[in-house]
Amino acid sequence: MSALAPTAVLAASSAVPFAVLPALVLVPAVGALLVACLPRRRPELLKLAAVTTSVVVGGMAVWLLSGFDVDHGADLQFVSSATWMADLGISWTLGVDGISLFLVVLTGVLFPIALLAVDPGHDDRAYYAWLLLLEAGVMGVFLALDLMVFFLCFEVVLVPMYFLIGRWGHGNRAYAATKFFLYTMAGSALMLVGILALAFLHADAVGGPVTFDLVAIAEAQAVDATAARWIFAAFALAFAVKVPIFPLHTWLPDAHTEAPTAGSVILAGVLLKLGTYGFLRFGLYLFPEASHFFAPVFLTLGVVGIVYGAVVATMQRDLKRLVAYSSVAHLGFIVLGTFALNTEGIEGGLLQMVNHGVSTGALFLLVGMVYERRHTRQIDELGGLQKSAPVLAGVFTVVMLSSIGLPGLNGFVGEFLVLVGAFNAHRWFAVVAAGGVILAALYLLWAYQRVFHGPAEGDNATMPDLRLREGLVLAPLLALIVFMGVYPKPVIERMEPAVDALVAHVEHHVDGFTEPTSQFGSEVEPGHGDDDGHGESDDHGDDH
Amino acid sequence: MSALLTLAASASTAAHGAGDLALGITEGGNWFLRNVWLIPLLPALSFVAILFFGKRMPRGGSEIGIAAVGIAFVLALLTGAAWIDHRDNFHGEEVHAAVVVDEAHGAHGDDHGDDHGEGHGHASLAVHQTVTWFQTNGVEFTVGTLVDGPAVMMLLVVTLVSLLVHVYSTDYVAGDRRYTHFFAFLSLFSASMLLLVVSENTLQLLCAWELVGVCSFALIGHWWEEKPNSDAALKAFLTNRVGDMGLLVGVTILFFAAGAALPGTFGSFSIAETNALANSGALSHTALLVASCCLMAAVMSKSGQFFLHTWLPDAMAGPTPVSALIHAATMVVAGVFMIARMYGVFFEGFQIGGSSINLMAFIGGLTTIVGACLAFVQRDIKKVLAYSTISQLGYMVMALGVGAWTAAMFHLFTHAFFKACLFLGSGSVSHAVHSFDMKSDMGGLRKDMPHTYRTFMIGTIALAGLPPLAGFWSKDEILVGTGGWGLMGGTDANGAYTLMLGMGMLTAALTAAYMTRCVYLTFFGEFRGHGHPHESGPRITVPLWILAFLAVFAGFLNMPKGFQLAPKGLQERFGHFVEPVAGYFPAIHHARPSWSLAIVSTIVVLCGVGAAAWYYFVKVEAASKAAGTSLTELPNGPTTRWPLARMGHTLLANRYYLDHLYNGVVADGTKGPVARLANRINQDVIDRTVDLTGETAVKAGTIVYEKIDQLVVDGAVNASGRGSSGAGEELRKINSGKVQSYAAILFAAATVLAGVLIVIV
Repeated sequence: MSALAPTAVLAASSAVPFAVLPALVLVPAVGALLVACLPRRRPELLKLAAVTTSVVVGGMAVWLLSGFDVDHGADLQFVSSATWMADLGISWTLGVDGISLFLVVLTGVLFPIALLAVDPGHDDRAYYAWLLLLEAGVMGVFLALDLMVFFLCFEVVLVPMYFLIGRWGHGNRAYAATKFFLYTMAGSALMLVGILALAFLHADAVGGPVTFDLVAIAEAQAVDATAARWIFAAFALAFAVKVPIFPLHTWLPDAHTEAPTAGSVILAGVLLKLGTYGFLRFGLYLFPEASHFFAPVFLTLGVVGIVYGAVVATMQRDLKRLVAYSSVAHLGFIVLGTFALNTEGIEGGLLQMVNHGVSTGALFLLVGMVYERRHTRQIDELGGLQKSAPVLAGVFTVVMLSSIGLPGLNGFVGEFLVLVGAFNAHRWFAVVAAGGVILAALYLLWAYQRVFHGPAEGDNATMPDLRLREGLVLAPLLALIVFMGVYPKPVIERMEPAVDALVAHVEHHVDGFTEPTSQFGSEVEPGHGDDDGHGESDDHGDDH
Repeated sequence: MSALLTLAASASTAAHGAGDLALGITEGGNWFLRNVWLIPLLPALSFVAILFFGKRMPRGGSEIGIAAVGIAFVLALLTGAAWIDHRDNFHGEEVHAAVVVDEAHGAHGDDHGDDHGEGHGHASLAVHQTVTWFQTNGVEFTVGTLVDGPAVMMLLVVTLVSLLVHVYSTDYVAGDRRYTHFFAFLSLFSASMLLLVVSENTLQLLCAWELVGVCSFALIGHWWEEKPNSDAALKAFLTNRVGDMGLLVGVTILFFAAGAALPGTFGSFSIAETNALANSGALSHTALLVASCCLMAAVMSKSGQFFLHTWLPDAMAGPTPVSALIHAATMVVAGVFMIARMYGVFFEGFQIGGSSINLMAFIGGLTTIVGACLAFVQRDIKKVLAYSTISQLGYMVMALGVGAWTAAMFHLFTHAFFKACLFLGSGSVSHAVHSFDMKSDMGGLRKDMPHTYRTFMIGTIALAGLPPLAGFWSKDEILVGTGGWGLMGGTDANGAYTLMLGMGMLTAALTAAYMTRCVYLTFFGEFRGHGHPHESGPRITVPLWILAFLAVFAGFLNMPKGFQLAPKGLQERFGHFVEPVAGYFPAIHHARPSWSLAIVSTIVVLCGVGAAAWYYFVKVEAASKAAGTSLTELPNGPTTRWPLARMGHTLLANRYYLDHLYNGVVADGTKGPVARLANRINQDVIDRTVDLTGETAVKAGTIVYEKIDQLVVDGAVNASGRGSSGAGEELRKINSGKVQSYAAILFAAATVLAGVLIVIV
């Protein structure tokens, strides 16, 4: 059935010149240690070390892209496995497939940009060390194929982010950092329980030793359906906080707004994807039946997030907060696509993860640049900036249009695929979500008008334009925005086999569910959109 | 290769029940027809070139734009010539789509082509080229070109008007603060519009559709320092976004509907396939109806149809050449063109040809009257023309709604020239008097601006629809096409839409009247402005004359069949070359021309002219002379005499209060109360809950810490071994951290859940 069988996994790991995946995790971790050992009073040296490390990691990530075997996109590639705690069944297994590939690359690309773009201003050593440790954690999450390793990395990510917000953030940073930490901690605590329960129940069911091997557990599907639903709920809560899904989103605007620019870029660009990626790899793949069972809940929340995020964004007076709320709307799209449970939807969602990382990352950089010049993010206090900073305004326009989902730029393809997927599965969700497209134009263009159009007065009239260094930092992001909008094929063809395999996996493990081929050919699809019996332990006697 | 070929190949192996569907397209043909993608590419490259190098060029980048559009125009001409040859002489291999057609439905497509008569009888194969954009789940998303009559016609119109506007702009926006930027966006707009007209599939159409919207946004807001301009740009973009949503949903519905009928795939964006399937009856009527309604929303916003038209008059805030190019001749007809492109879908979806009034014909007819009425009360010359554009676009949509496809396309063609001529003329006037206000700053300009005056008059007569100028022929064809006349000709249309005929007639009279008013206020009477207006330079007047020439002669391209005064070779040439004869085009009927209708409609127009002329040229002129002022409204005019007329005027002056509804209620509602409420819920309910939870947790933690930990546990620890007090101190330090106490509680909660799990499992 699926190409993800354990044997195939190991077969695909041949012909790797060096253990690239462990290197992706370890190099930034070692870099963090190195930075921590450097003299405190040499900020340029610290920055050099940090940037070099992240560029090396980025280089390896891009190399991964070229080394990735397109013909076996569904297989886990570059797999590296080492026993870690053999008694507990925990092993250090890393691998990459079409689902995680571009998230790894995105991480590799965004970190050097974030490091280059902004200087911390104080406590440089700790700042760079935390950022590199953060990168190690994120890479670990995207690459881990062992539940415990995944959990470990998922938790490791929290600490650097907490300190980044708390020490280098703006005004209300302590509150924001604590809120961020607690929210995500709450979720991951439940996930730990879920992981333990899953591993033990799996071991019971198959009668072997305890293992945390993701592929083994997912392929066996040995856990009883009711238990699987409960465990899925525990996982889902952790991911839902991380995404964040309405109504668990309120940590996000605070964290984004108070975080330093680099923190916001990484937070929006990469960290939010830990949740959406988690849904794919540890939600749909581990719990196909439960994912299908809970899909209506997440579809609803996704659509609510799209509309709600957009409406609240319209209202914001703080430019950075506005961008933060736009993330809530965008991630609603990703959730919608993921739980459409068909190839287009998931693929579109996956594409949107990368797109959102690029576009929103760039938006936060731009807002940071405006803030650095004007020392305010209040939309009311800005105006007419297009006069004094035409290049900045031009770049902002392109990034904004990409965020709105203009065809020809990256946002469109993903959004459209999500809508097609959602339409195919649940027509009305897609129609409401399409309304979110209008709202996105409303809040972003309205903000653009107020910030960049109109007469420029006072400091706004003399604001310096983009500097060369800033332009160079933004250039790769702009290139990605245009490239992925005009020619998404190389990205999609690498994602697709893995997504197909995942959809096939879900279909195989859900009774009576196949991807509906068309709305108008057959009269209706099987009524899997109707029940929203959230949390009910009704009698499902299915034995998988 | 192409998806279509693959489908055709799979047809032979498909299970029984699958038949071939003739699409009427081919992969072969003349080089120009196969490489039409060059035409949009040129201005696209020009956009990039102007953006990066324009400022360094001696003429600020305008030369790059003119060169690119000029070459594109030459290519379009060559493509047109190639098409004229191809239309009758090409006998290449046809591409088929495999399709499952019921026997019951299959018959529908067979009678296709019966009505085309001798002039349309032969097969003309549209030239089709695609490349794969990306591919997912077995569906190829392609980009490509579909070259047939309407596409070639649009290529010619867009490149020609764009070229003239480019030349005109070098004078009109000379010395502008963003001269280079202006030409860059003119280029990008031209590229997007050209991409739209050659689109091979609906997704590509959608992309180009949104791109023209963005260019429109940039160009309307060209002088963004002033708030009203910036507001107008925003309004245009947002209103169009509403329509884009309709397009998005409509395209998706058609995608799946086509997929259901085509074996071996689950969706298709191909315009030819979708239309052919709709024609053959293989698509469910419900799907087509819903899709048509969604697409209609897109048409309403893009082509300024009532009640989504309100952005178009505001869009006049942009520079006048932009108004001419985008908001009169090309972009706003994108909606009309889209209906023409997806005509198979609309024809089946709205059951055009059934005489029963459908949504499209109704909206078009309503718009044409609504727009014409509004044109009466404007002081701003460009607003008159803007409402006139809305009215004329309504004419085209109405024509498509009654099945008069060729008439609509022909009107689109002639309208592009005379309306561009009028807009550029109004620009020339405002260039001279530095204002757009007819009442306070114009009047008597015929003496000072002879070229502008003459060309404007030609445009006016063409728009009013007096023979033998272009507007007469296309308007007459639409009136005939309604099929509502039936007196000595005018029969054999797709139905008998008497109401639409009445609406068309009424609009003809109104159009003649408001244009007479406009001409009087601008060119007659005494000059009311300041300074001495001068005629504009040749870069403005030459384009005006070229457009005026076309406004006179373009109508002769499609003189009705049986019109004895015309040489045989000129009868219905336009229809012959533009109307597709293909599987993707529905079998429409062509009404027989009617002398009596032509005469009656001309009389109606003359009545309109006469009434307005009597009021302005006689009464107002006399009153002004008597009062010794330059312009005196009549003291006992209709609005002062009749309360109903006054109410009507108030209603019109307030644009039917639609702007109040959209801005005051909908937009401000979303930006104001709704967003505020959502924000309050966000802050006061959801976030407050979070904070409360946190606070409670802190309190609980404090209690636990102080009462239990310190007193009981720590007490025990202390009691058990005082030697370890140092370690205890450390422990307490850690424990007192907020984070830790929170985490402890959360872990406790997790433990409870674990307990639940164990119990249940």
